[in-house]
Amino acid sequence: MPDIKVTPLGAGQDVGRSCILVSIGGKNIMLDCGMHMGYNDDRRFPDFSYVTQNGRLTEFLDCVIISHFHLDHCGALPYMSEMVGYDGPIYMTHPTKAICPILLEDFRKITVDKKGETNFFTSQMIKDCMKKVVPLNLHQTVQVDEELEIKAYYAGHVLGAAMFQIKVGSESVVYTGDYNMTPDRHLGAAWIDKCRPDILISESTYATTIRDSKRCRERDFLKKVHETVERGGKVLIPVFALGRAQELCILLETFWERMNLKAPIYFSTGLTEKANHYYKLFITWTNQKIRKTFVQRNMFEFKHIKAFDRSYADNPGPMVVFATPGMLHAGQSLQIFKKWAGNEKNMLIMPGYCVQGTVGHKILNGQKKLEMEGRATVITGTLDVKLQVEYMSFSAHADAIGIMQLIRMAEPRNMLLVHGEAKKMEFLKDKIEQEVFVRCISCYMPANGETTTVVTNPSVPVDISLNLLKREMALGGPLPDAKRPRTMHGTLIMKDNSLRLVSPEQALKELGLSEHQLRFTCRVQLHDPHSDTDTLGRIYTHLKSVLKSYSIQHVPDGTVIVESIVIKVTSSAEEPNLKVILLSWSYQDEELGSFLSTLLKKGLPS
Amino acid sequence: MRVCSELNDTHGPTAEEKTSVPNVSRVVASQKTRKRGNQFSFRRADMKLYCLSGHPTLPCNVLKFKSTTIMLDCGLDTTAALYFLPLPLVHSPRLSKLPGWVSKDGAVNLEKELKECSGRVFVDSQPEFCLPEKELLDLSTIDVILISNYHCMMALPYITEHTGFTGTVYATEPTLQIGRLLMEELVTFMERVPKAQAATCWKNKEIQRLLPGPLKDAVDVWSWRKCYSVQEVNSALSKVQLVGYSQKVELFGAVQVTPLSSGYSLGSSNWIIQSHYEKVSYVSGSSLLTTHPQPMEQSSLKNSDVLILTGLTQIPTANPDGMLGEFCSNLAMTIRAGGNVLVPCYSSGVIYDLLECLYQFMDSANLGSTPFYFISPVANSSLEFSQIFAEWLCQNKQSKVYLPEPPFPHAELIQTNKLKHYPSIHGDFSSEFRQPCVVFTGHPSLRFGDVVHFMELWGKSSLNTIIFTEPDFSYLDALAPYQPLAMKCVYCPIDTRLNFHQVSKLLKDIQPLHVVCPEPYTQPPPAQPHRSDLMLELQPPPMAYRRCSVLGLPFRRRYERIHLLPELARSLVPSEIKAGVSVATVSAVLQSKDNKHVLQPVPKPAPVPPSKKRKRVTEEPPEVLNPKPLLSGAVPLEPFLAMLHKNGITEVKVEETADGHILHLQTEDVLIQLEEDATHIICDNNEPLRTALRDLVLRFLQKL
Repeated sequence: MPDIKVTPLGAGQDVGRSCILVSIGGKNIMLDCGMHMGYNDDRRFPDFSYVTQNGRLTEFLDCVIISHFHLDHCGALPYMSEMVGYDGPIYMTHPTKAICPILLEDFRKITVDKKGETNFFTSQMIKDCMKKVVPLNLHQTVQVDEELEIKAYYAGHVLGAAMFQIKVGSESVVYTGDYNMTPDRHLGAAWIDKCRPDILISESTYATTIRDSKRCRERDFLKKVHETVERGGKVLIPVFALGRAQELCILLETFWERMNLKAPIYFSTGLTEKANHYYKLFITWTNQKIRKTFVQRNMFEFKHIKAFDRSYADNPGPMVVFATPGMLHAGQSLQIFKKWAGNEKNMLIMPGYCVQGTVGHKILNGQKKLEMEGRATVITGTLDVKLQVEYMSFSAHADAIGIMQLIRMAEPRNMLLVHGEAKKMEFLKDKIEQEVFVRCISCYMPANGETTTVVTNPSVPVDISLNLLKREMALGGPLPDAKRPRTMHGTLIMKDNSLRLVSPEQALKELGLSEHQLRFTCRVQLHDPHSDTDTLGRIYTHLKSVLKSYSIQHVPDGTVIVESIVIKVTSSAEEPNLKVILLSWSYQDEELGSFLSTLLKKGLPS
Repeated sequence: MRVCSELNDTHGPTAEEKTSVPNVSRVVASQKTRKRGNQFSFRRADMKLYCLSGHPTLPCNVLKFKSTTIMLDCGLDTTAALYFLPLPLVHSPRLSKLPGWVSKDGAVNLEKELKECSGRVFVDSQPEFCLPEKELLDLSTIDVILISNYHCMMALPYITEHTGFTGTVYATEPTLQIGRLLMEELVTFMERVPKAQAATCWKNKEIQRLLPGPLKDAVDVWSWRKCYSVQEVNSALSKVQLVGYSQKVELFGAVQVTPLSSGYSLGSSNWIIQSHYEKVSYVSGSSLLTTHPQPMEQSSLKNSDVLILTGLTQIPTANPDGMLGEFCSNLAMTIRAGGNVLVPCYSSGVIYDLLECLYQFMDSANLGSTPFYFISPVANSSLEFSQIFAEWLCQNKQSKVYLPEPPFPHAELIQTNKLKHYPSIHGDFSSEFRQPCVVFTGHPSLRFGDVVHFMELWGKSSLNTIIFTEPDFSYLDALAPYQPLAMKCVYCPIDTRLNFHQVSKLLKDIQPLHVVCPEPYTQPPPAQPHRSDLMLELQPPPMAYRRCSVLGLPFRRRYERIHLLPELARSLVPSEIKAGVSVATVSAVLQSKDNKHVLQPVPKPAPVPPSKKRKRVTEEPPEVLNPKPLLSGAVPLEPFLAMLHKNGITEVKVEETADGHILHLQTEDVLIQLEEDATHIICDNNEPLRTALRDLVLRFLQKL
């Protein structure tokens, strides 16, 4: 039985280092190749030795697909392709291809230059890796090889994020990457057609959350920022350079404009302007409203938001700073945090998810004292966290309702959850399995390294001769009658990998075969005191009453014909009442012939 | 255990499925056209092409294929506007004082409708356009319209509005967005200068033949229409569904259509229309030159049964690169002499390439300070839109976006104030413009748009130059109402579409079985009757069409795709007939829905409920429904005898006949006639024996 195998190397019952292997129709595909923000050791990258113990990955993988530019989805890509070794195609959308190398370089700099790690991928490796990337467009069907095709769908989440359909023959898998089912201030909502995949592999970051309306969250956010600024405090918003940052910038920009506020808003790192530029050039990937008005007013040209300089952190007075990275695990956001953490007037707003092991995660869990390490830090030792901490989920992941929505859209046969915490997944799994969809859905949630096997039941495509099909459709009507289904009879010819269904007559002709006639003749003796003609007439009447739905003819030359069965009556001059009934039929009427010979043996009703 | 299987899936139809249910009006309408179709051909062709436009580069064809009706492009022929007087934006004393036309004998007086200007007679009315033929088939039966590029969709509102059209239009995003700009521009040009009256008397057949040329020879004048409104544009474009290159779009489960990059303009496409067994390629404006769009995708056009070829270059004798060089040198010459340059052009397309070329050229020619003006109601939008379609651009423009930098250098021209754009000559432009300068503005017919003003303004000075770059209009006809003209005229038509040399090479590569093309492509241009290199010469010769042709396309459909359900497939028992060829008999129930066919196993008869009639079950006649397979092969004598022996039948008398043998089973008193193609078993009163013998015979035969 054909099956599909799915093995997460990362993101199995966990968030971070997304990397999922799929085997479908003899093809092996790697979905995402991310890094884990929570680890600094080997666990940072997926364990590629699962694929092969020694040597390169090229011969084991048909393609690699990257869903979007977040590092937990693409951070291990140069390591995988250049250090472990993979030369096959890597597919991603144009915006992802544009932005991904910048974030990788950023990641590399922080790791190598600041933390001083060695044995890490180099700038050249990032470049070489990106040369293997094949960009694709939404809804374009890309033929990876003759059998394997992939297609990208809009996923929201961040600029260029895509969901992917992977298809071999009639078997298919959809991988969502990260997605968002509600449009936000700068991106649209994810969408997919009713493609009925065998497996839908979905993220489940917010598996148990049902989020309140976005408007409330936005109002809350603005209120908190405003209050802090009013009392002279500083607001730190750790973000990733691209994504939430732009949404929140649009939000603050319009608020500052409306309220005529003067406190400065800064955006850290040189990435800002560049990032906004990407949004301008890839405006077709943003939401309807921004696309429609971009000629008149480009939403990504900010008046109030200025570039941040390291020295500003010590400036007196209120300010708002967006700083990278978003989980406070390194870089500028962590540095600013250390400077501001001691003052209760200040505020930290975490707008996104933090994976385990990051400073962000610790603080969100209420930790008030942090042990600091690392050589580049200003303060070492213990850090007291006095500033106010707010968590507001602005990260654009589908919540429980959104995940259910996507299931209804795609109508998968099976569901497989990744990119979430085990406990929350468990809850969602139950919910999915209990919910009544078009069909019942089995839900899986494999751990890293654990393989889920789903048996598929693909139908077999065959070429049917148009003559045969038309004849059948004319005879049987378009839909089978449940009570009296019409059986179609045909011959399947298998030759050179082609399957053709033709009528048996055509098959004989095509194969150059002649038909072999198999006939049966059977004599039944019967006492019947009538003339031969009358006996035949009596047989005719009898059969007429028994065989209601058959064609029966009484031919004047002295035969009765039932379908193609010939019945004659003879008698000898000596015994005129002992009739010999001669039945003759071909193999095609075997059942009826057998039935008639048995029937007539029993005699005729008087 | 899953309860729901594919087949029991009787829940509500999907959106796709819903649309595929033919509505009554469509069925009725298609019957109507079928009747009409008989006029042209009594042979029932599987595929037909209705040609609604004869214009080779502004095509409009309708393909009937399987159960779908597909319109390929709907181009609007705007050359009809050349018969009309220009619409000046600013009051023109010259144009307002033209004498009306009265026939020489004074019998026909149309002085209100027709004016004499520069020795020609023009219609004084809002310019009109020639639409695709609307009478050849019922336009409400069209299921989908496929658009190949923004120049070939300008007639869309005439087709989708007020005809009962209920289908979907498919186009790429740049095609839609730029097409919208061009339509809005056209509407603005017309509505800015309203004309009180519409001239119709001159169209009267009796009157028209008395008119001087070229009005006398204008064809189909009654089908000419004035421009649509902005509401009609919006309504028409709301029917567009966006598609990407290489996206497979299913139509009613019967046909799949796919746009492919054609290399001609932003988002321009050729289309593949195919089923599992037939493939039609529709090639519209395509280019192999490296300009700004993504290169043409050629390999997917291979293995076409029919290739419909339209949109070749209109100026086969001009080399676009040479023209570009001439354009630059004439421009530089005029500017150096202190004159102005007027470039009548469309607001999108070649203008991007011209700006890019000038961006490099002007500095090298030491003319860096010359201002460029781009004047159009959609100038700003066109320039902005060109920068956001990275996915649709050629490789080197695409890689600029990764940096991130705008793909076109006109962003820099705007930033440095070298290029300025204005919605019209009114407003800021009049106070800001400096001479000498270069003005890009429309419409290239010189009948409407801001260009009319510049013709009036600059036409009298021989210092100025007008450079024609668009190939759609004869420049002599375009200039006719402005004669006599002191300004210099330069004709540098830049048409990047395929030329005959390129197309014959392309066709050699992709090898379509049949080619369909507009009639003009099958003969040399009328002006150059000896240039047999400027026509298509193919084997078999291309099928030519003209306006109102209906062609039966040479197709014989033989096969259709059907799916065997896995349970059925598993139950099949293949047997090898000869090396590499196996057969299996299939008995199954057919289910057809939305043009998809599925074979499912024959359901097992429901067990007869125990009842009084139980005893009589054996007397029930067998079901009619199960046909037996055909048999093939032969029953060889010796092995058959051995087989009989093995089954306890030992006393067999064999008699040789002319055609084979007769076997007499003496104990059982059964005769078996064995011939090469027939076996006859004569057996009385012993049904178990007969069936046993039957099965022995069957072992030697193949079932089909």
